[in-house]
Amino acid sequence: MPEAVTLPTRRDEVWRYADIDALERIGVAALDDWQDIAIADGETWQDCYVIGGDAPDLRRIRLNVGDGARADLFVTNLGADYTRLEVEVTLGRGAHFEFGGVTIGGGDAVREFVTTTIHAQPQATSNQTVRSVHWGKGTGNFLGEIKVARDAQNTDAAQDFKGLLLEAGASANAVPQLEIFADDVKCAHGATVGELDESARYYMGARGIPPELAQKLLVQAFIGDAFVALKDEPTRERLLEAALAQLGEHL
Amino acid sequence: MLKIADLRAEVGGTAILKGLSLEVPAGEVHAIMGPNGAGKSTLAHVLGGKPGYDVTGGAVEFRGANLFDLDPHERAGAGLFLGFQYPVEIPGVSNVQFLREALNAQRRYRGEEPLSGGEFLKLAKEKAALLKMDMEMLKRQVNVGFSGGEKKRAEMVQMGILDPAFAVLDETDSGLDIDALRTVGEGINAIMRSPDKGVLLITHYQRLLDVVKPDKVSVLADGRIIQTGGPELALRLEEEGYDALVSESVANA
Repeated sequence: MPEAVTLPTRRDEVWRYADIDALERIGVAALDDWQDIAIADGETWQDCYVIGGDAPDLRRIRLNVGDGARADLFVTNLGADYTRLEVEVTLGRGAHFEFGGVTIGGGDAVREFVTTTIHAQPQATSNQTVRSVHWGKGTGNFLGEIKVARDAQNTDAAQDFKGLLLEAGASANAVPQLEIFADDVKCAHGATVGELDESARYYMGARGIPPELAQKLLVQAFIGDAFVALKDEPTRERLLEAALAQLGEHL
Repeated sequence: MLKIADLRAEVGGTAILKGLSLEVPAGEVHAIMGPNGAGKSTLAHVLGGKPGYDVTGGAVEFRGANLFDLDPHERAGAGLFLGFQYPVEIPGVSNVQFLREALNAQRRYRGEEPLSGGEFLKLAKEKAALLKMDMEMLKRQVNVGFSGGEKKRAEMVQMGILDPAFAVLDETDSGLDIDALRTVGEGINAIMRSPDKGVLLITHYQRLLDVVKPDKVSVLADGRIIQTGGPELALRLEEEGYDALVSESVANA
């Protein structure tokens, strides 16, 4: 069954900060293009990639994580045009979902992650960490919805978002949403947006580190949080380097 | 080496340094003492180039160049080290990474070849041992979770690795217990006691001076140097306090 055939509007909560004009350029057909991935009971699955280019990009992924299974997804989103990744995850009993995302860039593009995490069964856990670094008129968004079904006791779900704005005019938005029907549940979410730590920059300068290198080191430390759970070092380096290369172009 | 002439500076529109003059030649350790609010830390930050500290008059010559022509990182590259009273925490950046980047940035500034990872670690190990600091601590994030004393000790390890020509040490002794004070004092002697180096040592207490033994002691009060003497001046301050000296200088003015 085809789902959406008309364009959403920014009145829809999950499209609130979206670039609808860019979406129109992609075409409504993309809204039906879901990638479905099923992870069998007890299995582990991991994917890591860099998304975003010169054209708008919409990706929609549906993960079905079986009992005791684990899904890890790490993404650097650096589009020079509207770039949106949507992930809808359904967790079985005792399953785990780990998500680490970075949005980075200037210009006037919107880069966003939209996740829906459905704790359908008891004892599942999820952990999502998103870092956004923007300058110019760049925007980074994280819209994360967590749904806990009536039977999903002992759910443990966490979301953590931090935005770092290098220039006035850039923006970062976090929209956490919780829908909980079970009563024995832990759901934590935190969101902060700030600027570079001036005292750290001065301290680094006093040790001989020039301002552009200080900024790079501080941004690297900031976005590193999103990939802490990614144990494969070369892959982690690849995601970090891709992000930091954007910064290089800015400086 | 460092020549400060009639320096005037303000912070947030309030005048703090009001015509401060001081000269520290190579081979000299010069201690600055003074009551709270005299402008000691302001002097350190003006020399370091902290944003928000505005120089409104006077001049500072460092190794023959106008210090104020240089940005903070260039001052460091030119051989100036500022030991912070409150060292800054930098989450997510390890001491090893921080110091290697810092040392190599300074070397590039001076037109020298950067050190390789191996060369750097050897140097870091040697300097950490000098300050009795565990190498494991250098792998941790910059100052994060360090106690007050550990931060000060880490500052001195940084100084050892960066090997500056001149150090301005802002209350490096505060927050140290007696044993750590001795270790830090001996570290300062080992790293900075040399005919071609200089130190401006800002302190409140005689205790550090028992170990470092300054060549000269100046008293800073209300933004000016009111008296300069030998090590005996610090001992006199310890006995009589600042008040006697300050009122004496007011009477003489």
